[in-house]
Amino acid sequence: MSPPLFAFLVFSACLFSVGFAGAILRRNAILVLVGLELMLNAANVNFIAFWRYGPHPQALTGVMFALFSIAIAAAEAAVGLALVIAIYRHRKSIQTEQFDSLKG
Amino acid sequence: MPSELVFYPLAALTLAAAIGAMALRNLVHCALSAAAAFTGLALIYLDLNAEFVGFAQVLVYVGAVAILIVFTVLLTRGADGPWRASAFSPGWVTGLAITGLLLACLVLPVLMSPSLKRLAPPSATAPVADIGRQLMTRYALPLETAGLLLTAALVGAVIIALDETRPVPPPADQSLPRRKPQLEESPR
Amino acid sequence: MAYTADQLFVILQHRLVAMAPAGARPLVAMLLIIAALMALFGTCFALTTILERKILGRMQNRYGPNRVGPCGLLQPMADGLKMLIKEDLVPFSADKVLHFLAPLALTVPIWLSFAVLPFGRNMNAIDLDAGILFFFAIGSASELAVFMAGWSSQNKYSLLGAMRAIAQMISYEVPLVLATVPVLMLAGSLSLTDIVQAQAGYAGGWLPRWNVLTPWGLAGFGLFLIAATAESNRSPFDLPEGESELIAGFLTEYSGFKYALFFLGEYLGLFAVTGLAVTLFLGGWQAPFKFLEWVPSWMWFAAKFGSLIFLFIWVRATLPRLRLDQLLNFAWKFLVPLALINLLVAALWHFSGVWQFTGALELRWLMGAVILAPSYVLLGRALVTRPEPPRHYSYAL
Repeated sequence: MSPPLFAFLVFSACLFSVGFAGAILRRNAILVLVGLELMLNAANVNFIAFWRYGPHPQALTGVMFALFSIAIAAAEAAVGLALVIAIYRHRKSIQTEQFDSLKG
Repeated sequence: MPSELVFYPLAALTLAAAIGAMALRNLVHCALSAAAAFTGLALIYLDLNAEFVGFAQVLVYVGAVAILIVFTVLLTRGADGPWRASAFSPGWVTGLAITGLLLACLVLPVLMSPSLKRLAPPSATAPVADIGRQLMTRYALPLETAGLLLTAALVGAVIIALDETRPVPPPADQSLPRRKPQLEESPR
Repeated sequence: MAYTADQLFVILQHRLVAMAPAGARPLVAMLLIIAALMALFGTCFALTTILERKILGRMQNRYGPNRVGPCGLLQPMADGLKMLIKEDLVPFSADKVLHFLAPLALTVPIWLSFAVLPFGRNMNAIDLDAGILFFFAIGSASELAVFMAGWSSQNKYSLLGAMRAIAQMISYEVPLVLATVPVLMLAGSLSLTDIVQAQAGYAGGWLPRWNVLTPWGLAGFGLFLIAATAESNRSPFDLPEGESELIAGFLTEYSGFKYALFFLGEYLGLFAVTGLAVTLFLGGWQAPFKFLEWVPSWMWFAAKFGSLIFLFIWVRATLPRLRLDQLLNFAWKFLVPLALINLLVAALWHFSGVWQFTGALELRWLMGAVILAPSYVLLGRALVTRPEPPRHYSYAL
């Protein structure tokens, strides 16, 4: 017995809001990036669910989008974490509220 | 066919791991909880018959992104501020309210839409040969762009995280007096 | 007769499954396979520990362990008993949950990766469409366990060992996967049974079409074996657990059964990646010559597997340990470019496969050698560092 489509979409929405909450509430820059990854993954779940439940699964559209999304998210995580390391080296801190001025 | 017996427990575990990733205090626990969430998601993809995406998710997220996060946590230790300080921003009430609003905006239209109550079609497969064929024909441009982007990201990440302090080389001027090791006995 | 011997285990499984009630048959079939694999590779692990010590000993001109049982063959029993009755020490400030979960997180993915290997004709547990991707994904999932082990011990030496181990493992994943890409290109599929099938048949009626007997296959096999040695943290790449450097690296705070699980996981990883090497490059379960096809397929797999394990043990006895920066330079500056050039050679081999004139085979080999050999030499030369400038010593006198 398969779950209805809205179950996957509700799960994806919950995962998205958990990632969103973490990204705006946590003070550590690394955890903002983790929240970002969770949000991207939630979107991927949406794509795969619609691919599976959709009328033309042989077109593989959802699968291709999810694959590219995974690759791009990995690249973005790499660059983001490199930035965090560079900021740490410069200011010895990665608390997001300390980086609130464009000066310096 | 995606199965209810598999999906609901797995979804609950993945959400719990995601909440743990965002709420735990210890950064390494957060990173490992995020890795558990990624694994749960891969299992959900496997449940949805998207095997290639599931394995790619494990390979990329658990095998690379999670390790990247862990390395960054270890390379930026001692940056958390005083121990008693809160891990969350001061305006956390507002933040949670906004998140609740976002969740409501996403979930209510989904629950009210009749066309989303449908069940899964009996079979759908994503054979690897078809994915390869699509990548080489219809999605060739996105593939090449993704390759270019990954190369740029790789080079860029290395350059951004490069340690720019050079160790001071020894004086190259050999005419400066150098202390010779004193081997004679000191005069009594 | 030869067919019965060849399909012995498959027939046995069918007979046993037929004795089960109809509804439970798939489950019973899977459980039988799982039990058989665990028993087989558990015994293989025990045998390999004693064989390794004996072979290492003989290569170092001494006897290996020879006290317990005939020729020391019951030594694994003694080792197992010792590990099991040792006190399970957990440091006071260690992270208890992670400390407990790390050995599990290491061994479970490796047991999973045995599911896709074809041990004989029709003898793989699951025939996945994306078998190799599954194998590599599961292999990379076990790296987090190394980190968990090192970090949860709350010991700076463990943590250093864990960081070094992970750096080594992720660096050598790239040449490992790149070395298998030509195989996938030429077999046209990610499924391991298809890859073994693509190496079927004999060229010219006598030479097997194994991938190792092509220029890109030979280079790829070498690359794969080097990367596999590094992935399993074996000598000469065993700096993360180098006994003389970091006590036991990330395993420092483990004792008793958990240490036995790590030990098991390391050897099982070696077996899995050796099985993959046999499947990808050595033709899997296929016989080398037509007149030898009466020997069962799983015996061929076992023979090739055994010879590769002997090769690994031989390399351990022979080569000194590499330093971490030498190791990482070797991976990124030598193996990765060579693997990429190997891809080019494989593509040339594939597209020149339509040549039918006499001497075509020699010409194709020459093309491959002309591209691979100079690049090997030049990359090696580039990797040798310049002699360092004269050092400046200052004495405290």
